[in-house]
Parts: sequence; C-alpha cells; structure tokens
Amino acid sequence: MSIKGRVAIVGIGETKWYKRGQSPDAEFKLCVAAIKAAAADAGVDPREITGFSSYSEDRNTPARLANALGVKDFAMSVMQWGGGGGGCCGAVANAAAGILAGYCDYAVVYRGLAQGQFGRFGQGAALNVIPGDMGYVMPYGMLSPAQLFVMRITRFMHEHGVNQSALRAVAMASYHHAQNNSRAIMRGKPLTEEAYDASRWITEPLHLYDCCQENDGAAALLLTTTERAEKLAQKPAVLLAAASGGDPRAGEFGASACNAPDYPTSNFKYVARRAFATAGLGPQDVDVLQCYENFTGGVVMAMVEHGFCQPDEVNALFTLANLKAPSGRLPLNTSGGNLAEVYMHGLSLITEAVRQLRGTSPNQVPNAKVSMVIGGPMVNPVSNLILGSS
Amino acid sequence: MNATVLPPGLPRPAPSVEGLGQAFWEGATRHVLCLQRCQDCRTWQGAPELICRHCGSYRLGDEELADTRGVLYSWQRVWYPVHPALKDAVPYVVVLVALPQAPGVRLVGNLVNDPGGPLPIGAALEAVFEDHHNADAEYTLIQWRLMS
Ligand SMILES: [Zn+2]
Repeated sequence: MSIKGRVAIVGIGETKWYKRGQSPDAEFKLCVAAIKAAAADAGVDPREITGFSSYSEDRNTPARLANALGVKDFAMSVMQWGGGGGGCCGAVANAAAGILAGYCDYAVVYRGLAQGQFGRFGQGAALNVIPGDMGYVMPYGMLSPAQLFVMRITRFMHEHGVNQSALRAVAMASYHHAQNNSRAIMRGKPLTEEAYDASRWITEPLHLYDCCQENDGAAALLLTTTERAEKLAQKPAVLLAAASGGDPRAGEFGASACNAPDYPTSNFKYVARRAFATAGLGPQDVDVLQCYENFTGGVVMAMVEHGFCQPDEVNALFTLANLKAPSGRLPLNTSGGNLAEVYMHGLSLITEAVRQLRGTSPNQVPNAKVSMVIGGPMVNPVSNLILGSS
Repeated sequence: MNATVLPPGLPRPAPSVEGLGQAFWEGATRHVLCLQRCQDCRTWQGAPELICRHCGSYRLGDEELADTRGVLYSWQRVWYPVHPALKDAVPYVVVLVALPQAPGVRLVGNLVNDPGGPLPIGAALEAVFEDHHNADAEYTLIQWRLMS
C-alpha cells in the first residue's frame, strides 16, 4: 500500500515572523495560534484535530496542545527522531501514515519557536566534559551545526570542482524571492553578489549569507484524507510521496558522522530514491522546489542527490537566473526560504510548497502541479515530500 | 605561553558511559594512536561501537598504529566563535584526517601550522600530541601538523 494520493494538506497556518527573541508571545501561544490558523484555513473546527505530529524534540507537547485546544479525542502523538530540521517532512509522513491507519481523521504537523525564550540550534552547548561520539570533535572547537557539517561541503566542492558561486546562487535566490514577500524578514534588504562576496566568514567556505537566520514564530499544517479534503475550504495539496531516513552508515553528529563511509553527502541518496519511486515521478517532473537551507552548500548537495543535476553540472545550474521564479529552470525557495523569509526549521518551506499549488505564492510559478520540499540536509535522519495538485 | 592550539575552557573528551573510546584516549596520553579493531574480520572502527559494524562480531580489540601520519581529507577555518572560550582564538583550523594505516578511519583535530588560504586536501600530516594538565583532569588532544 502506497501513501500516494490518499492524504492531503488541507490547511496551513502561520504566525507573524519575528527576529530571534522578538516575539511578544510565549512559544506555546504561538504554536496554538498557528494550529488554529491552519484549522480555520481549512474550514475545520480545531476540536476535530485528534492527531499531533512534530519533530526535533519540539517543546510544545501534544498533551498540552490537546488540552489547550479542547480536542474531542486525543488519539495520536508522534515525534520524528532527532535530526534538527531534517525531520520536517518526516513529521508529515508520520501524520499521513496515522491518518491512513485510521488512528485519526485530522492530524496537525506543527513547529513552535521562540528562541529567545529557549536555547538555539546555532549555539554550541556549554559543558565541561563531552563523552562518547561528540568527544571526538567538540574539544577541537567543532561545536555548532555549521562547524559540524561544513567539512562535508568542502570535500564535496573539492571532489567535484564546485565553485563558491554555486553556494552564492542559493543565497541570491532566497533573497531575491524575499523581496516580493511581505512576510519575509529580509524584505527590503536585497542581496548583491558583491555584498555576499564581501560578507564575513562564519567558517570557510561558509559566508554569513550561507547560514540560516534564527527566528521566532510558529507554523502548522492540517492533514486529512483526500476524500475528506474534497469538502473543505481550500484546494488540497495532495501528498504524492513523503520519505525519511538516510544512509544506514551515516552516523550521528560526532565521530560516527566523520567516519561515515560516504562522507561528502547531504544524506539524501536513499531518501530521494524512495520519494520519487513512491510518487512515480522524477526530478524532471518537479515544477517548483523548496530546499532547506541550513547552509547553502547542503542545498547544492541535496539537489544533486535528488538528480536535479549531475555533480559536474553544479556550476552551470546554480545561477540566480536558473533558480528564480517564475521563469527559471528550477525555481527554488520561492518565499525567501530559511535564509531570507524565516527559519521555522522547515515548516515554512512546506506552507510555501502548498501555496504554489494553490496559486497564492508571492513568487508564483505558473501552473505549478508538482511541488517538492527537501528537508534539512546533512543530518540523520533526513526527509522530503512531493505534493501534487491532484 | 600558550602551548595549546585552542585556549582552555572547551569541553574535554571522555569515553562513553559504556567505555567506548577508553583505549583511544588512554593511548593519546601515551602519544600513540590506538584504534578499535575487530578481532575477527580485522576492520578498523574510527567511531568505536559495541559491535563490529562490518561482520557483527562482539570480539573487538584496540590496536596501536605503527606511525602517526595522516592525510588531509577535509578542513574548515572557523572565524565566528560559538563558545566563550574561543572569543579571542579565531580564526582556527579544524581538519578531518584520513589514516592510511587504518583504512576508513578519520580523526578530527586542529592544525598547528595554518599557512592561511585554501588548504591542500590530500597533503601529508603528522600527529602532534597536545597534553592538557587541568585541575580536574589530565588528557591529551591529537592535533596535526602539515608536513612540508
Ligand atoms: Zn568484524
């Protein structure tokens, strides 16, 4: 039994986006507001939501949310293991599986972030002793996500002759699209190639503009069967595939990741194959792509591993002209992405993928029928999904 | 005199609660590279585990390498310090080092002689054992020097 065509995203909800630490509301309140907005968008009473799915140890527990929303039954609570933003599409896959299994009729996928209220992804932990896997890397000043992942990018660029201009093009596409998005944090702050080149290093070869922002806000997706979706308020975004996992040898973050037999990878080789097989589609069928920029180099690797180009074609494909809506070869991160719209650990990429199928994107790709999301690359597990207009 | 590549204040390494890595870090204090190796199929494991990932054997041992040279596999030069102890220590170079004597194994360390600019992937490195004498612990980090 395949998931293809049986479940749809019927509602999307977002709060206002804030710079990190700027939200006037507590994280939990943001999360509730996003879920209620998703239900309202679909025309569904939030009390009908009986399934809850999130990822990366979201702090807003389903038990507290079910209580706060007054749902009629609390029937499913699923957490996608680990992986930072790698789990954003996996959380959709898990919610869809629960709906197909009959555990719930309506499930919500959500992420709430008030990074001023709590810790951040971008900061290393302040500990005195690091045992085990991380003990092989942290004492050497390899602490933050950028530092943990960047050497994969360096090695990939070395093996395939990838230029810095490819990384820059990913940043340029996000900033370009953000200028048309009234909700984007970086609207009114366009990026030029000169400004990118002149920006400071975070860790070579990543410039400041290669690394995601940190933000406050919340986003939610409401899912149900395609059958029920027919009667709801919005044009459904039908799930054609959703896959998660990774290379079984990919390891975690420390020594195990550094010793992965396949090191210079986004970890999407297995997951990309499964998603396209489920959908019965290939990269040539994708009209518009949202690809999680934790770091631009990860986007390049992930797109190569999804077959959007061969490694030796990277320098040619990755130009702003090719990546911008509406007319580029492959419009990428059309709301401004993690770099320039907002960093919601991937959920705002999925809401944008839905908008592209509804025809309501700030950078609409004409007649977009196949809309893909690639979640956070280089972590383990990773995940992706493919949405269709029917 | 600062004898270490990075200033004090970073977390120190330790074996896992299961004891994985104990021989490696003890070896470092004796200035040798001591790696986990399957006693049945002879596969090296750079990230130690309770089982051989290659053949499934539980018969794992620890073996010392005859020399301490490596090859530069990848690198980064860190300019933005994310830990308070590193505020005045940037830039510093982190290297990922392949060990030809132990195929498949890679170690992370710092480069003690950064020449600046892009670093030569594939270049030969030699291990530099960096002893730390802290009030609460003695340990040794394994750093790397570009051989000329
Ligand atoms: Zn073995």
